[in-house]
Amino acid sequence: MKKFIPLLVLLLGALYLGSTLLPPRESSVFDLAGFGRLPILANGRLKPLDTVARNSLLLFQGRQTVVTPAGVKVSPTEWLLDVYFHSDAADRYRTFEVVHPDLLALLDLKAEDGDGKKRFSYLEISKKIPELERQARLAGPIESAVRTPFQKSVMQLYGALVQYQRLKHTLAPPTTEDFLAELLRFQKLLPTGVAAVRAKQAGQPHDEATAKAMIELGQRYLFMSETTNFLAIPPTPEVAEDTAWQTTGQSLLSAFQRGSVDSSVLAYAGLGYAWRQRQPEQFNKLVELYHAQIAKRFAAQLTKSDTEARFNAAAPFYSSMSLYVGALLIAIFSWLKWPEILGRSSFYLILLAWLATTAGIATRMWIEGRPPVTNLYSSALFVGWGSVGLCLILEAIFKNAIGSVAAGLTGFATLLIAHHLSLTGDTLEMMRAVLDSNFWLATHVVIVTIGYSATFLAGFLAIIYILRGGFTRSLDKASAEALVRMVYGIICFGTLFSFVGTVLGGIWADQSWGRFWGWDPKENGALIIVLWNALILHARWGGLIKARGLMALAVFGNVVTSWSWFGTNMLGVGLHSYGFTDSAFMALTMFVASQLALIALAVRPLTKWRSFQSE
Amino acid sequence: MSNLICQFRDFFVSLKLTVVLIALSIVLIFAATLDQVNLGIWAVQQKYFHSLFVLWRIGDIPVPIFPGGYLIGGFLLTNLIAAQVYRFKLTAKKSGIWLTHIGFILLLIGELITGLWQEEFALRLDEGETKNYSESYRSNELAITETTDPKFDDVVAIPEKFVARGEAIQQGKLPFRVVPKIYYPNAALAARDATTPGVAPTPATTGIGLQATATPLPLTYKQNERNAPAAYIELAGPAGPIGTWLVSADPRFPPQSFEYAGRTWKIAFRFERSYKPYSLTLLKFSHDRYAGTEIPKNFSSRIRLNSPDGRDDREVLIYMNNPLRYAGLTFYQAGFENDDKTTILQVVRNPSWQLPYISCSLMTLGLIVQFGIHLVAFIARRRTLPSAVV
Repeated sequence: MKKFIPLLVLLLGALYLGSTLLPPRESSVFDLAGFGRLPILANGRLKPLDTVARNSLLLFQGRQTVVTPAGVKVSPTEWLLDVYFHSDAADRYRTFEVVHPDLLALLDLKAEDGDGKKRFSYLEISKKIPELERQARLAGPIESAVRTPFQKSVMQLYGALVQYQRLKHTLAPPTTEDFLAELLRFQKLLPTGVAAVRAKQAGQPHDEATAKAMIELGQRYLFMSETTNFLAIPPTPEVAEDTAWQTTGQSLLSAFQRGSVDSSVLAYAGLGYAWRQRQPEQFNKLVELYHAQIAKRFAAQLTKSDTEARFNAAAPFYSSMSLYVGALLIAIFSWLKWPEILGRSSFYLILLAWLATTAGIATRMWIEGRPPVTNLYSSALFVGWGSVGLCLILEAIFKNAIGSVAAGLTGFATLLIAHHLSLTGDTLEMMRAVLDSNFWLATHVVIVTIGYSATFLAGFLAIIYILRGGFTRSLDKASAEALVRMVYGIICFGTLFSFVGTVLGGIWADQSWGRFWGWDPKENGALIIVLWNALILHARWGGLIKARGLMALAVFGNVVTSWSWFGTNMLGVGLHSYGFTDSAFMALTMFVASQLALIALAVRPLTKWRSFQSE
Repeated sequence: MSNLICQFRDFFVSLKLTVVLIALSIVLIFAATLDQVNLGIWAVQQKYFHSLFVLWRIGDIPVPIFPGGYLIGGFLLTNLIAAQVYRFKLTAKKSGIWLTHIGFILLLIGELITGLWQEEFALRLDEGETKNYSESYRSNELAITETTDPKFDDVVAIPEKFVARGEAIQQGKLPFRVVPKIYYPNAALAARDATTPGVAPTPATTGIGLQATATPLPLTYKQNERNAPAAYIELAGPAGPIGTWLVSADPRFPPQSFEYAGRTWKIAFRFERSYKPYSLTLLKFSHDRYAGTEIPKNFSSRIRLNSPDGRDDREVLIYMNNPLRYAGLTFYQAGFENDDKTTILQVVRNPSWQLPYISCSLMTLGLIVQFGIHLVAFIARRRTLPSAVV
């Protein structure tokens, strides 16, 4: 019976993953998923509205959940629909996080009045917007690295409110009760109206009221187009450029020349009407028709944006995180009891989680049309992926659950880091011109990131050795020797990849900038990793270090790698900022301190190690 | 061999020395990375890497506090070569180490050559403009140009260091001596109104220096700034001084014309120029952005390349990750200004650019071979001892 446990665990894990792929149970009579799949051009990329909703919420409040004042939980898409079409309702949702006490005081808010003691609605904040604007003007010119925590939270909230205004002006002016009716009137008035304005400008007789109404509408749409940067309206058939999307305001302004309102603008206005009037049949029909209309020209892009919406809902990295934690606990427990069965169970769970992250990374690559690592966020995903991949190989060879523990630790930690990096906005960014080279992104960046993975993994294996050997009696001779082999092997692997990755970076630099090496911080960071690994290997070959020395040096590899990965990006931050206020810098400092403490544990005399005392 | 020589050899062959040298180089690189915040990338390279010792100024005395890049590199090179000669036999088992170490020796040599001979210039071109020279990022020169013949200019360029020295300069082509009176390595310019009572006297006796003054500024090391030196230069003929001019390398400060002995001259302090036997014309600079954003998608410069011997007359497109390599130089897209009407190309001469390719290929191959040998041995051992300790 017991031998079926691993299979059972595998089955349960697979079911859990499978359940995330099912379409979400429709909690609403409205086709919210269909609306969330509609594409919009934002930050240079065509993406589903679902992504816009989720990223905006992450930016505003660090989470995707919204609860209405009535206590009803609504999906990100539902929230976005209210922001677009029913903004007086959305203004009352508490979706803005304000934590800094001085900022709370400035806004005349009390922490205990907010949801979760930190979330407030636009309406609650709006009274003090002029004061917030003044503070933002004061903090704006200061380099972001040297802003005080108060100034940072001012800029963060101000940025969130700007984004909120942009959202509100994306599809309809927020002040209109019935935008559809306004557009139909506008459509009807257009021929006579344009003629009246022309006549007025030429100083000829005209209908003053019509001309005035026309000019007012023009100003209204101009304001709309200037307030948002979301390009929601696809190019008309005459425009050949596929990327020439427009804001709703721009499209309406061009209606003055064209003589008619664009059908996409009308479609969205119709959706807004149906949403406000709570007419699900019309709403769902319109979503379907509009989807079909866009599909005529943008079929390929729609496939991507549909997939992205599904990907958002499935949240594979979130499920992997839970699986990694589960596997980690099972693997640690396997050192105490049932090593065979629990070891295999945790291995299966790690494998499942790794497959889920693989699928997630592959989907992101396909959506973006890019190699896996394009920014700091994706590097965190990939470092975890590489490290867990190596662990799976180790576990397949050694079968002692050490690989699974290391996989659980590194997999979970890197996904947690990735989650924190995702709070600043869309993680599928457009590549700046300098980096726009798939060949080098695919070679240099990928290989150097695998080098990071391996160096981190060696460090985490060393931590397992130090903690398990130092504080438990469970590290027997065979496991200890196996760990030494693993660490040594992974360091060799890490040396090779970080060296080749660094060299390819040099070649990229030479190809692009005519110099192989420029001593810039990121290059230096990578070089230090290579040198550190080389130092460990030479010290080992020279007999200068034995097992514990190897472990201590491998742990310091974590420090070196985290410096190269994050520290070099903070140069400027850490050195300039007043005190160590920046939370990322703080986290890095804490991490380095913890690693130094582990090194101190590693170099204690052998008699203090519980596992080795009996010898 | 005497005992002393043996000891000496053992010191240079030892792996301990290798480990110490690697550790020192890590500390050096780390310190240099941190110091970039204060000094900027170029000064850091000079201070830490292209030096025997890192110097710390205590008062006015430079005190060596840490070995510099050349010293550590030199020791590493010696250590490697000595180990290679005395310790390793050329066997198949060690072939990976051999390849890696030989590659590394080449890499160090290449870096030394680069450090000594690499040159970098900037080439700024407005749309439609043609230039046959690029300008240095750091060095300046005092240029005295005879423009009497409208068909050609006759230029005498005096490097900044001679101006800094302050001694009179006599050049065969010039019918006068050049006497630098005052020199500021970095200076700010300000308008001077000679009619205001009590205005400070100026050393200048002619030219723009009557309406402008230069005041010294501290040297800047910032990445995006450069020093603009200024000087008061006296020209003196056999019959005595002709006049004293204020000159500045600030690009807004124009060349000044004067007449002497029936000939026309121009005097200017300017960024040091490197003339080329060919010219480049900017036809069009493009700056593409992603739709609806300010995120740059691509920068590109369409250039006409022209050599007077008529061998080259063609259009080239320089864009991100795609430089022009021509006549031993690399021209790449470095920046733009002036509302997308001016392109800035960086021009680099690096005589040893192939060395890193060779050395890194050798090292990569060496590492793969060596770790491959380890891996094969590991697998073989596990095969033979299936049930033994893993």
